[in-house]
Amino acid sequence: MPQSNMNPPAASGMTPVRFITVNGEQHSPPEDPRTTLLDFLREQLDLTGTKKGCDQGQCGACTVLVNGTRINACLTLAIMHVGDEVTTVEGLGKPDALHPLQRAFVTHDGYQCGYCTPGQICSVIGALAEIDRGVPSHVTGDLSAPMITTRLEMRERMSGNICRCGAYSNIQDAIAEFVGEPR
Amino acid sequence: MRAFTYQRVAATAEATAALARIPGAKLLAGGTNLLDLMKLEIEAPTHLIDIRDLDLARIEDTAAGGLRIGALVSNTDLASDARIKRHYPVISRAIVSGATGQLRNKASTAGNLLQRNRCPYFYDTDQPCNKRLPGSGCSAIDGASRGLAVIGTSSACIATYPGDLAVALRLLDAEIETVDAAGRTRTLPIADFHRLPGDTPQIETALQPSELITAVILPPPLGGRHFYLKVRDRASYAFALVSVAAVLHPDRTGRIAFGGVAPKPWRVEQAEAALQDSAEAVVSIAFDGATPTEQNAFKVPLAARALASVIARARESSDAV
Ligand SMILES: Cc1cc2nc3c(=O)[nH]c(=O)nc-3n(C[C@H](O)[C@H](O)[C@H](O)COP(=O)(O)OP(=O)(O)OC[C@H]3O[C@@H](n4cnc5c(N)ncnc54)[C@H](O)[C@@H]3O)c2cc1C
Ligand code: SF4
Repeated sequence: MPQSNMNPPAASGMTPVRFITVNGEQHSPPEDPRTTLLDFLREQLDLTGTKKGCDQGQCGACTVLVNGTRINACLTLAIMHVGDEVTTVEGLGKPDALHPLQRAFVTHDGYQCGYCTPGQICSVIGALAEIDRGVPSHVTGDLSAPMITTRLEMRERMSGNICRCGAYSNIQDAIAEFVGEPR
Repeated sequence: MRAFTYQRVAATAEATAALARIPGAKLLAGGTNLLDLMKLEIEAPTHLIDIRDLDLARIEDTAAGGLRIGALVSNTDLASDARIKRHYPVISRAIVSGATGQLRNKASTAGNLLQRNRCPYFYDTDQPCNKRLPGSGCSAIDGASRGLAVIGTSSACIATYPGDLAVALRLLDAEIETVDAAGRTRTLPIADFHRLPGDTPQIETALQPSELITAVILPPPLGGRHFYLKVRDRASYAFALVSVAAVLHPDRTGRIAFGGVAPKPWRVEQAEAALQDSAEAVVSIAFDGATPTEQNAFKVPLAARALASVIARARESSDAV
């Protein structure tokens, strides 16, 4: 049976944190350290919004926010996130209280089958936070100027989210509506 | 995935001690390469040492006028650092040409340098591969080799070093700083870090078993115009067929390194004098002795054309890189 020492170090005088916070709720990490964050969310917490596509970090369907930063939940172990705050699509909005970005996806039909949508939505939120922090992309002209949300920029920054139905143009429209005119 | 035990360490010495003590132990940084390979059981560590809490996530100025990049600085944070953008833009450009936003957020500086190759047979556990199973043979030499190396290869392995950041670091002559379980530190030039396959393609770097990378040291800025041109099968999000990292000065001097063509970032200093002449001249020296396969012979002329395009951009008046 795999065993684990999951106590992260505590700063002196502090009790070690032993839980993973998901959408504001605290959870004990899984027993088996092999459990990916993706499997933990879907199979142990029943948060099935986050999807398993390739399970190899290629398709982006499993994108979640960890401490506000987007990552692929399939290429990380749940146990590595003790002490972190994870936000999934369920944490962004509810069916009766949609996040404005979710509403924009609905308005513009930013999907067909919908399988990639939760990852797309978390990825947009993460990408916008990166733009605010001055993170450049492959299509950024001047590295030192403030980053902007042009369609070209958003397209490149969203290249880690594959849509097998090819709803890209509607996804772009949804994003454009949400971000407004390029900042 | 094979079973393993997991430990999250608070100090570098704790990490190297565990590496030295536990057979089959491995360090875990972002996990984006290691966990991918563990799912396929190409890597099967018995114990993972999670180093995320180590104080190695800072970028500091050095007394020499360069920068010291902690091993745990994420690819995103490195590409976004104001000093890097301003004085070492080839690093930012190389990073953002690779992987995706999600992966770059998780990927660490050291983990990126240590990422393993992308040869299709290395991933296909039903096929012989000397890197994965030493002595089993190389399926690529007579197989699908389009993406693989054209120079620096051996009869045992023709895999390419796939990363982008290391090509920029080789261009800048960065150094890798390490510490081992005995507390000994050493600094080695990146030129000596990745090795050619020879008879032992499974040994990819000069890193010793109980060694941990603490930082990457950049020498003072070189000035000049910086470029990273990555030629690939898609406009975004693919490994390089050929990449060119360059620092070019108005007097036509400069430095050139290539990615996607060799088992390590490929820089031949003697070729750089030929920048006065032409891209073809640089490439003919840098690729002297190349042994491409029929499928990847296109990479040599492609390298010349990619370099020619970089040189042409450098001569345009605009200063967009
Ligand atoms: C779909 C996909 C596309 C990609 N595309 C690109 C691309 O275009 N260009 C590119 O360059 N890369 C690309 N990558 C690779 C990616 O950049 C690497 O996976 C990442 O940089 C690895 O960093 P990490 O911190 O996650 O490493 P880990 O997976 O944590 O570790 C990798 C290795 O480094 C060792 N290690 C980690 N830290 C240390 C340390 N401090 N000291 C000693 N050893 C250490 C680990 O033990 C392990 O063996 C891609 C990856 C994926 C999944
Ligand atoms: S080229 Fe190297 S990695 Fe690919 S099959 Fe041959 S030995 Fe394995």
